Amino acid sequence: MSKFQFPEAIRSRPVYATLVPRKSKHHLMVANAEGGEALLDLVKADAGLMADAHVIYIPGKTGEAYIEQLQKLQPAQVYVGPTYDAALPRLRLALKNAHMGLQLYLAGTEGLIGQVESEAMAAGIPVTAIQKEHRGSLARRMQCVHCKGITEDVLTDPFVCSHCGLNLFVRDHYSRRLAAFQGVCIDAEDPGNVPPAKELYT
Amino acid sequence: MNIKFNDETFRDDYTFHNSDWAIQRFPFPFHEDHYMYAVNMEQHRGGPEGSVYEKRFDVDEHYVAEMRDRAMVLADDPLRCQSLPHMELAGWDLLELIMVSKSEDYPDLFELHRNGDHWRWVNKPLGIDDSFTFMDETTLPYGPMEYITRQTQGDFALLDQREENLWMDAGIVTTQADWSLDFDIGMNFFEWHAPVPLAHEKGIFVRALKFLLNVQQGAPGRRLNWTMTVNPLLDTSPENYHKWGIQKSSLTPDNVGQKQYLRVELQTFFRLPRSNGLVFPIRCYLISLEDIVTIPKWGRRLHRVIRDLPVELATYKGFIDNRPMILDYLSKFDDGSETSPGVWPDPQLEKG
Repeated sequence: MSKFQFPEAIRSRPVYATLVPRKSKHHLMVANAEGGEALLDLVKADAGLMADAHVIYIPGKTGEAYIEQLQKLQPAQVYVGPTYDAALPRLRLALKNAHMGLQLYLAGTEGLIGQVESEAMAAGIPVTAIQKEHRGSLARRMQCVHCKGITEDVLTDPFVCSHCGLNLFVRDHYSRRLAAFQGVCIDAEDPGNVPPAKELYT
Repeated sequence: MNIKFNDETFRDDYTFHNSDWAIQRFPFPFHEDHYMYAVNMEQHRGGPEGSVYEKRFDVDEHYVAEMRDRAMVLADDPLRCQSLPHMELAGWDLLELIMVSKSEDYPDLFELHRNGDHWRWVNKPLGIDDSFTFMDETTLPYGPMEYITRQTQGDFALLDQREENLWMDAGIVTTQADWSLDFDIGMNFFEWHAPVPLAHEKGIFVRALKFLLNVQQGAPGRRLNWTMTVNPLLDTSPENYHKWGIQKSSLTPDNVGQKQYLRVELQTFFRLPRSNGLVFPIRCYLISLEDIVTIPKWGRRLHRVIRDLPVELATYKGFIDNRPMILDYLSKFDDGSETSPGVWPDPQLEKG
C-alpha cells in the first residue's frame, strides 16, 4: 500500500486527502510514481472522467508499474515523461490554456504535488479546484534558508544541503509559493555537533 | 524635540548603546510578573509624552545608524525586500502614510510639500531632498515601499486582505526575530504564524485575525512582542543564523549583563486607504540586561518572567540554553519585593 498517515503538524504543513471525482468538462491529472495508483483508484470511482482528462505522469522509480493501466483508461490526452522538469513546459501550457472550471488532481510525492500546486496558483487556478493525494515516498523538497538552494528528495533529518553543504534540520514550516519545507543549520550554535541522520517519520 | 543621533553599529564591534533617555522610554513589555500569549492589542492613538507610543512612527537616537545597517543588509541580500506584483498600490499607500505622519509629527526633521501629484520629500537626518510624482514609480530610485522604508526604522509587512484572511504579499525585513520574508511571502495569517507554539491552541490567532480584519482607516492598533538576543544584533535573520548563532555560545557569567539583550517589538497596524491592505510595522528596540536593571521594578519583574516562562516559549525564543545564566544574573536584582501593576517605572517608590 502506498498510503501514509502523516501525524498532526503545524498549520503551514500541507495535508492530503483522497482524490474524488468532480463534475467538470476539463480534468487535469498530474502524478508521479505511486501517484499513478491514486489516479487508477480515482477512475474506479467514475470511469467517465477520462474522456475529458489530460494525464501527465512521471513514473520515476516505479517504472512500468502503472503506465499500461493508465493508458488503457484512454484519457483524452496522456503524457508519460522522464522527469518533472521535462514535463514542466507542457504542464504550464495546460494551465495557461485552462478553461473556467478546470479540476486539478495531484497525486504522488509531496515535491511533485507542491510544485504543481505552486504553478497552478501562479496561473490563477483557484485552490478550491485543486485536490491532492499523497502516495509513495515520504521524501521532502527542502529549501536551505541560508543559500536558498532547493534539495530534492530529502529522506533524513538532518541532511546536507546539496548546494552549500551546511547540515540542515528539517522543519515542518512550508511555503506553498516555493513548494518547499524549510531547512535550517543544525549546528550553528555548536559547530560540528551534528546528530546522526534519522529517516523521516521513524 | 532635539534628537542627537548615535554613531553606532549593530554588528562586528557592536557600539550600539542606549542613552539614559532611551532607557527611560524603553517599551518594557511586561505589565505583570509573568507572561503568556494574549491578544494584547490596543488602539495606537498616541501615548505619554516622550514615550515610544506618542508618535505614529517613533524616531529615536538610533535612527541614522539603523538605516545604515538596513542598507548593508539589503546590499548583502536583496531578497529581504520583496513585493508581489499586486502590492504596488499598497506600497504607495504606505509611502503616503509615513511621509504625512513623519512630516506632521517631526516637522523639524521631515518635510512633505505636495502640489497635486508633484511631491517633494525632505529627510534632514539622512540628507535626502527628493522630488517625485506620486504614483509614478519611475520617478523614485526604488519602488515606493522600499524607498520609504529605507528611511523608516522597523520592519514592514504589507498585507493584502482577501478571503477573510490576511496575506503577507510584500515586505522589508532586516531587523527580524528570526523569520524569513523570502520564505513566508505569499502566506496567509495562520501559515506564517504556524511555527509559534501554544498560541494556536489558545485561539490567539483566530481572535487576532478578527481584530486585524476590522482595523479601520485612521484607527490604527498596536501590541508588543519580545524575545532575547545576544549582542545588539538587529539582523537576527534565519538567512544568516549559521553566522550569528555562535554568538549565543559566547555568554559568560561575567559578560551576560552587557551582552544579553531584551528585544522588544512594537507592532502597529494601519489600514491603507487605496489598496484596503494593512501595513504591519514591526519596530525593534534593544536593551541590555545591565541597562534594564537600572530600573529596579523592571529588573525584578524580568527575573520573574524569565524564571517562570514555559519551556516551549524559552525554546521557541531561542534562549533555553542560556536561561540559567540569565537568571543567575537577574536574581541579584530581585529582592522579592512587590512590583506595581503596569509597565511604567516607579521612580517615587524606587529611591533608596
